[in-house]
Amino acid sequence: MLASLARLMPGTTGLPGRRGIRLLERNVWVYRRSWIALVTGFFEPLFYLLGMGYGMGALVGEIEGLPYAVFVAPALMATAAMNGALYDSTFNLFYKLRYARTYDAVLATPLGPADVASGEVAWALIRGSLYAVAFVVLMLLLGLALSPLVLLTIPGSLLIGFAAAGVGTAATTWMRRWQDFDLVAVFTLPLFLFSATFFPVTAYPEPIRTIVELTPLYRGIHLLRALSTGQPDPAIVLDVVYLLVLGLVGMSITSRRLGKLLLR
Amino acid sequence: MISLAGGSRPGDGYHPQVTTADPLVLARDLSKRFGSFTAVDGISFSVAPGEAFGFLGPNGAGKSSTMRMIGCVSPPTGGELRVLGMDPARDGARIRALLGVVPQQDSLDMELTVRENLILYGRYFDLSYRESRARADELLDFVQLADRAGDEVEPLSGGMKRRLTIARGLVNRPRLLLLDEPTTGLDPQARHLLWDRLYRLKQDGVSLVLTTHYMDEAEQLCDRLVVMDKARIVAEGSPRALIAEHATREVLEVRFAPDARPAEDDPRLAGVAERIEVLPDRTLLYTQDGEAAAVTLHDRGLRPVATLVRRSSLEDVFLRLTGRTLVD
Repeated sequence: MLASLARLMPGTTGLPGRRGIRLLERNVWVYRRSWIALVTGFFEPLFYLLGMGYGMGALVGEIEGLPYAVFVAPALMATAAMNGALYDSTFNLFYKLRYARTYDAVLATPLGPADVASGEVAWALIRGSLYAVAFVVLMLLLGLALSPLVLLTIPGSLLIGFAAAGVGTAATTWMRRWQDFDLVAVFTLPLFLFSATFFPVTAYPEPIRTIVELTPLYRGIHLLRALSTGQPDPAIVLDVVYLLVLGLVGMSITSRRLGKLLLR
Repeated sequence: MISLAGGSRPGDGYHPQVTTADPLVLARDLSKRFGSFTAVDGISFSVAPGEAFGFLGPNGAGKSSTMRMIGCVSPPTGGELRVLGMDPARDGARIRALLGVVPQQDSLDMELTVRENLILYGRYFDLSYRESRARADELLDFVQLADRAGDEVEPLSGGMKRRLTIARGLVNRPRLLLLDEPTTGLDPQARHLLWDRLYRLKQDGVSLVLTTHYMDEAEQLCDRLVVMDKARIVAEGSPRALIAEHATREVLEVRFAPDARPAEDDPRLAGVAERIEVLPDRTLLYTQDGEAAAVTLHDRGLRPVATLVRRSSLEDVFLRLTGRTLVD
């Protein structure tokens, strides 16, 4: 895959997409002025935590021996990581690709499509990591973290963001109209509701349970919950590999598609 | 095999002149196809260092496709292309690092201010922040936008955006500046200001390659140009040489009352000029001496309601070569 990325950047040496750092700089500059827009991303998981974790949690009591808020918090963190990365890699990318023609100007410089892909995904990750840190602090303050392993949920949610951004950017390269984005919700909403977010996966009968266990957000939630509750099991290796591969495949498709779209 | 202009068209027999000094751009039989559509059909040309070289042609002639290939953002589908002595297919990023590009659509970064647009563009070329800031301020002065440095890009006028785009194209101090229809849609003041800046750049040794469908622009800016039509090059030379070759020294334009307008084969027009063109609103007589032709018409009893003698322009050459049919 690295070889296929390298082909898209003729005449450059070193890691494919390394010049994406410049695009990252651009995004930091843009958000320097509109940092308030950045802050909003933190409120989604916070409100869900208050509403579901404590509001509903008072009725539910304990799940799998855990207070409901402890059970739900890592799942909300994983969902927020996915949604944040998807938002950046779909709407924002589409606008820059089709309307602002940001990349037409970028590709007239030494930067290539692989740099655009890596730069945008990296930005989505950095943005996601800000939320992850804030949310971990919140979990610590509210006593929802049962293990020091909770700190690993930060790289964990970056991994979720990486996978989502990879898939999101790749999908966006096929989008033609704003209406096409309605499809995104068709995938994300069921993922949010049914990935063992609010109730354990053992609630599902077979074979539905197996299907759920194969979806990306389930893997992300499984990973973060194992870390924040301090109950890691061998399956978290599967979580990591699954999300990593998904992100890499998405990025590889993205840089190839961007090359096709922009370098005609 | 090199295929040049079609047999029946003027400009037949043109052969590209290849300078012995290393050309900045060298194209041989260069083609670009999109599926079954041929945008550029086997064109050959070269651009010498220090030159201002123009692609003149109607919309859809293949000018922009050619520019995108030179700019290494569109791979050729046939023929050979060398830019700054390198192969765009292999050294694209290295070539782009040395080129300045002013695309047809401004593509400025609307999420950044005027000055930030330049600074960040400099960063794309790996300039240090200090260097990039210095160049940004210098270029803002050059394009007379220093007083708008901190403004958003969106409210700028068309001419200002264009100037900013040109400044952006200069941020890496390119040896070769590519301009795709640099003044399309600008008012006369803005055009003249732009021409002035481009002229200065040329004097500073920057080579220019530009496309245009404005004849006055080509005459003002280009040392040498090729006329493109239907994906091919149909003529090549300096503006003056093209006028000499494809038009007469002067043009007599006459207007007749609708009922008194002579047809093209009217015997009273015979032999008055080297070539006569009857348009719906006026009649054009291509001749070495417009005044003499006007006198001849009068002697033969023709009484035009309006008479104008003018020097031939590139426009006459252009219309001669590419026809009067509307293309879009």
